Amino acid sequence: MSVTDAQVLRIETMAAKIRASIIEMLVAAGSGHTAGPLGMADVFAAFYFHILNHNPKKPEWKDRDRLVLSNGHIVPVRYATMAHAGYFPVKELLTLRKFGSRLQGHPERTRLPGLETTSGPLGSGLSQAAGMAYAARMDNQKMRVYCFMSDGEQDAGNIWEAAMFVGANRLSNLTAIIDRNNIQINGMTESVMPLEPLRSKYQAFGWHVLDVDGHNIEAICDAVDEAKAIYEKPTVIIAHTIPGKGVSEIEFDYRWHGKPPSAQEAAVFLRELRSLRGKVRGEHE
Amino acid sequence: MPQRNVPLRKHKDEKERATRDGFGDALLSLGESDPRVIVLCADLAESTRTLAFKEKYPDRYIEVGVAEQNLAALASGFAAMGKVPFVASYAAFSPGRNYEQIRTTIALNRQKVIIAGMHAGISVGPDGATHQMLEDLGLMCMLPNMTVINPADALEARKATLAAAMHDGPVYLRFSRETSPNVTTERTPFVLGKANLLLDAAKPDVAIVATGTLVSQALIAAKALANDFAVTVLNVHTLKPLDIPGILKQAERAGAVVTVEEHQLRGGFGSAVAQCLGTFAPMPLELVGVSDRFGQSGTPSELLTEYGLSAAYIAAAARKAYHRKRDA
Ligand SMILES: Cc1ncc(C[n+]2csc(CCOP(=O)(O)OP(=O)(O)O)c2C)c(N)n1
Ligand SMILES: [Mg+2]
Repeated sequence: MSVTDAQVLRIETMAAKIRASIIEMLVAAGSGHTAGPLGMADVFAAFYFHILNHNPKKPEWKDRDRLVLSNGHIVPVRYATMAHAGYFPVKELLTLRKFGSRLQGHPERTRLPGLETTSGPLGSGLSQAAGMAYAARMDNQKMRVYCFMSDGEQDAGNIWEAAMFVGANRLSNLTAIIDRNNIQINGMTESVMPLEPLRSKYQAFGWHVLDVDGHNIEAICDAVDEAKAIYEKPTVIIAHTIPGKGVSEIEFDYRWHGKPPSAQEAAVFLRELRSLRGKVRGEHE
Repeated sequence: MPQRNVPLRKHKDEKERATRDGFGDALLSLGESDPRVIVLCADLAESTRTLAFKEKYPDRYIEVGVAEQNLAALASGFAAMGKVPFVASYAAFSPGRNYEQIRTTIALNRQKVIIAGMHAGISVGPDGATHQMLEDLGLMCMLPNMTVINPADALEARKATLAAAMHDGPVYLRFSRETSPNVTTERTPFVLGKANLLLDAAKPDVAIVATGTLVSQALIAAKALANDFAVTVLNVHTLKPLDIPGILKQAERAGAVVTVEEHQLRGGFGSAVAQCLGTFAPMPLELVGVSDRFGQSGTPSELLTEYGLSAAYIAAAARKAYHRKRDA
C-alpha cells in the first residue's frame, strides 16, 4: 500500500481545510467558481500532501513534478491547497480576484510562482503537459508531469489532438486526471455533449485508463502508483467526483458551476464542512 | 487625476442594461420574424443571452459544447444551406480560439454568419486577463469581407443585431458583460457604416471619436471640458466599413481628435482613425485605449482607471490635443 492510514487521515484533514478556505475566499471575492473547486479538494490534497515531488519553498526547483491545471476556472482549489502547503500565507487567499492580487481570477504563471502555466480558456493544458513530458524525456529528466482537466473540457478538439500525440509518443511520464463531475455550464455533460464512453475513447487513443472515486484518498494514491509503474503508455485517471462535495446544497447542482456563495450561505456551508471532518472517509469504506 | 467613473444620468424609468442584453432582445424578435435564424452556442447560453431564444425556439438552438472551432465551421455549413446562423461565445474564445476557422470558412468563404463576441474588453473585471479580450476588433477588422460593429449601449446593440441579420455577408458583433448607461434612444437612427454625432458644438475645438460602451465616458469627459473649450462626440458603432467621410468631417471642423476604445491601441480603432487622418488630414491626434498590456483581475471601475480609459483620462487626452493644436 502506497499510503498509510495516518497519511490518509492527514490528507483528509487538509482537504477539509482546503474546502473551508475555498468558501471563504469565494465569499471575499464576490465572484468565481464553487462546484468544481470543492469537488477536486481531495485530489488536490492527495497530490500536494503526498504524491507530488515538490518544494513549496523552492517553487522553481528544476526537478519538481509539474502539475498543469488545464481547467483554470477551478484555480481556487489550487490556490487554497498551495497556501496550506506553504507556498504563500493562507491569509493571502482572501485577495482572490482583487485588483493587484497574485491570485488572479484565472491562474497566471507570471504572477504566482508554482502555477506552471496560465489557463482559463479550456482545452490547451494537455498539449502543454505533453510538451513538458516530451522535453523531459529528451533530457532524461526523471520528474513527472500531471495534467488536471475537467470533463466539460473534453468537448474541445484541442484535447483530442493532444491525446493523440501523447498516445502516439507513449509519453508514460505524463499522467492525466479528469475531474468527472458530470456537470458543465449549460447542464449535465451527457445532455450538453455526451462524452461516454470516455474510457474507451482514451483507450482507442493509446492510453491506459483507470477509473477512481475522486474522494477516496487511498484509491487516488494507488491509481497514481499504478500509472508510475506503466512504461508502455500514458495513463489517464478518470476521477469520479461530486461537484460541490462537502456542501449538500451545492452537491450535484450544475447551477453552482460559476457563482460564489453569499456571506449568509457561507456561514451555513462552513458549519456543514466543519462538522463533516472525519466523516468523509466513512462514506467510501 | 484618476477619478471614479461617474455614470450618466438615467431616465427615471430606465434601468441600466448591458449590450449583451440588447443582443438577447434582438434574437427573440429575429426568431419570430425570420425562420432562417438559428443560434449556435458553446456551453454559454445564459451569459451570452441566448437562453431565452433556446427556450422559445429549441429546434433552432444548437448546442455544440465547449468547442469554438467547431462552432465557427459548423455555422459556415449551416449558412451554406441558407440558414442565418448566429454564433455566441466569449470574444476571448470566438474569435480568440477559432480565428482561422472564421477567416477561411466564414470570411474568405463569404458565408453570412453573425459572430457575437461577448465579455469583450477589460470591464469583464475579476475573471482576469485570460477572459478580457482586447484584440478582437483588430483581428476581425483585418479580415476582408467582414463587417465589424461595436455598439455603445443596449439599445444600439439591439439595432446592430437586427441590422447584422439583414446584412449580406459575415458580421462580427462585440458585446460587453457590464451594464452601461444609454447614450442613444429608441429613436436614434442606426445605419450600418454611418457614425452618429451625439454631441455637437458650434465651433468645435476637439472632436472625440469613440466606440463601444466607452462612448458614455467620452460624454462625461465632454461635460467636464465644457467650460474650457468646445468638444464634439462622435459614436462610431461600425468599425468596418469605417465611416471615413463622417470622421473626416468632424476632425476637420475641430482640427484635433481624440479616439476612445476598450481595446489594444495597436491595430484597433485608434489605429484605423490614425490611418484615415494620416492619409487625408494630418492633425493633432491623441489615442485612448490599452497600451500594449494584458488586463488583470479587478472591478471594472478600478480597471478603467488603471488602464487609463475613464472619463478623466479622456478629458486629459482632449486637453493635450487642444494644446497641441494651439501651439502648432
Ligand atoms: C475555450 C473556452 N470556452 C468556453 C469557456 C467558458 N467555460 C468556462 S468553464 C466551462 C464549462 C466547462 O465544464 P467543466 O469544466 O466540466 O465545468 P465544472 O465541472 O467545473 O463546473 C465553460 C464553457 C472557457 N473557459 N474556455
Ligand atoms: Mg465538469
